[in-house]
Amino acid sequence: MDIVKRRYLYFGISLLVIIPGMIALLVWGLPLAIDFKGGSLLDIRFNTGAVPQPSQVTALYAQNGFSDSIVQTSGTNGLIIRSLDMTDAQRNQLVAAMESSFGVTITVQRFESVGPSVGQEVAQRAAGAVGLAALGILIYITYAFRGVSNAYRYGVSAIIAMLHDVAVVVGVEAIVAHFFKWEVDSLFLTALLTVIGFSVHDTIVVFDRIRENLNIYRRLPYETVVNHSIVQTLVRSINTQLTVMLTLLTLALFGGITIRHFVVTLLVGVFSGTYSSIFNASPILVVWENREWRTWFRRKESQPVG
Amino acid sequence: MSRTYRLLIPIAVILLLAIFIDLPNSPGIHIIGINRDFTTRLGLDLVGGVQALLEADVPATTTINPSDMSIAEKIVENRVNALGVSEAVVQPAGSRRIVVELPGETDPAKALAVIKQTGLLEFIDMSTISNQQAITLVHTKINTDWAPAVSQPSENTPSVLPTTPDSSISPSGTTTSTITTTVPVQTGPTFHTVMTGADITNVGVQTNTGGGYVVAFELNAEGAQIFKDFTSSHVGQILGIVLDKEVISIPSIDTAITQGKGVIQGKFTSDEANALALQLKYGSLPIPLKVITSETVGPTLGQDSLRKSLLAGLIGGSVVILFMALYYRLPGVVADLALLCYALITYALFRLIPVTLTLPGIAGFVLSVGVAVDANVLIFERIKEELHAGRSLRQAIDLGWNRAWPSIRDSNFSTLITCLILFWFGNTFGASIVKGFSLTLAIGVIVSMFTAIVVTRTFLHLVLDNINFTQHARWFGV
Repeated sequence: MDIVKRRYLYFGISLLVIIPGMIALLVWGLPLAIDFKGGSLLDIRFNTGAVPQPSQVTALYAQNGFSDSIVQTSGTNGLIIRSLDMTDAQRNQLVAAMESSFGVTITVQRFESVGPSVGQEVAQRAAGAVGLAALGILIYITYAFRGVSNAYRYGVSAIIAMLHDVAVVVGVEAIVAHFFKWEVDSLFLTALLTVIGFSVHDTIVVFDRIRENLNIYRRLPYETVVNHSIVQTLVRSINTQLTVMLTLLTLALFGGITIRHFVVTLLVGVFSGTYSSIFNASPILVVWENREWRTWFRRKESQPVG
Repeated sequence: MSRTYRLLIPIAVILLLAIFIDLPNSPGIHIIGINRDFTTRLGLDLVGGVQALLEADVPATTTINPSDMSIAEKIVENRVNALGVSEAVVQPAGSRRIVVELPGETDPAKALAVIKQTGLLEFIDMSTISNQQAITLVHTKINTDWAPAVSQPSENTPSVLPTTPDSSISPSGTTTSTITTTVPVQTGPTFHTVMTGADITNVGVQTNTGGGYVVAFELNAEGAQIFKDFTSSHVGQILGIVLDKEVISIPSIDTAITQGKGVIQGKFTSDEANALALQLKYGSLPIPLKVITSETVGPTLGQDSLRKSLLAGLIGGSVVILFMALYYRLPGVVADLALLCYALITYALFRLIPVTLTLPGIAGFVLSVGVAVDANVLIFERIKEELHAGRSLRQAIDLGWNRAWPSIRDSNFSTLITCLILFWFGNTFGASIVKGFSLTLAIGVIVSMFTAIVVTRTFLHLVLDNINFTQHARWFGV
């Protein structure tokens, strides 16, 4: 199996996902959910009839164009529903819709606008913290790989693979959010952090094998050693990914609707994390070793295009 | 292998401790000096809690300065956090209300009591009444003439504000209702407020020469000046200390306090002194707040949704356990046992610290389960490789471990670095989701390293000592 040889094919596949995602991000942006930008809070009491399950209310809200609402039971016969800003007319329409579909009568106790529960600046500052974490990882990897030449390349490649995963997750989110009316909430931020953690973790395992093999196969070309290392760790990468993906998949299929968005984001991220550690991070080392960018814009004779 | 058996003892001790802490009705530890109960703390998103709605206690016609409201919000948040309720949500609602949600709390009245301590501290002039009268007023509600700056009566509301201490007794009818709170107030004289807790810059608990506890405070320049002027002219008289209109202490002014530093003496116990210090520290609200409603609320993620997710999570976990056992055979079963130990220890740590578990926190935990599985997978793949290379099983196990270790170490260390920075970030900027996530992930990663390296290895050697590998090579997937 020669993964490194077809590296430009795999880079291409990554770009095929990332570029549309980035365009979607620039054109449509990421719609922010109520925990970042605030919205409306509706506090209702059910006078007659059974209190509906929160998920039923979430679904009804979604049908009426308010996705990602947060529904909480309140006392014994009430619900508190947070959603994006709505007008009085929209509220009346929703209350009427609830009364007719659940067969209940409702009193509105409170209807008011609420501010964000997670400041928007938190998301921006989180980006700063991730940047700082990337720097820390870069320094650590450079130190841990000090035995091999050009140790910093491993750190930089791991960070590139991590950025790749962030770009995939954010890009896919931008596309999906546009078509499925999803909003970016604080759970998305959590999912993104999880993906970052997983990505670097996964990449380092492959790099570790390269580090070890470089000492064993001193005569072999760098490219061959890298490829050999990827193949050797392939079973482990796939098995680890399988166990995580299996758990996430059951959660996505059978879990509650309120965490589905979160789980799907994780699924995309974990898949991307494993993909990038096999097909991007290590091949980038080879590209760097061969200084292949010198031939990117020249004649194609020596360039191995997949 | 004596080393194997020596390791079994600490493993067993740790496991027994973890199980003791994990017990649903863990009795806790109540030996001399230690008083700990072990409960799982779950966040609002998972169990709900008590939601209280606070409103600025000023007339509806008064416009409230948004910056004062956000200061009040911060103070409420600090107070809730200082009382040990972590992962509470404090959120502005409209221009004059604040929503406070306390996770895991089931008694609305209890939560109410926590929040209601609005901690409006006033120093009042009690020179107008006798000492005996003052003593009878301790722990009762009184009226004061203090009004929040933002609720200055509008022009059409007549008001009589005493300007000098001498005129501080006003018949209760002459002060406008705009400046009293809606807390049931005793009818009686209205006292002049010399200054409020807003001028306090620092508070601490000290012991005095008699071994009692006193609350020491420092004032800003403005407060120090007011205090100096007042105490100089009122030596020998009483300066009442009033918290939320309740007289808590009636010290007499022994000497003029000119340095802006003073102590409140009041036969406090250590707890009382600390509670008062806490209230003074976080209690200088720019606007009085009242609690409008307080009730129990369900989880923000929805009870029904969470039940399903829990079930799905259990199914997912079982699939992973099955996969490990089927793919890696006997070592897989051993790894499953190690994973069980891992889960027990991590959960015990969550209860011990304690960590408030929210969905982000659980995400961190699940990721660390993945990390724990990964460590085992790495080791087993290495053992398999060594076996294929023709080594004996025991050699293969030791070599496999030694070779897998650098990758486990480096990958986990980089994850820990990320956790450390994210935790610092979450702590500094009050991003509790980030904090919860990084904390559980870090705990999980550390425990997973311990279980993969110590527990799995010990268990595997233990199994090896008791079976004959050559007869059961298939059990190892070779």
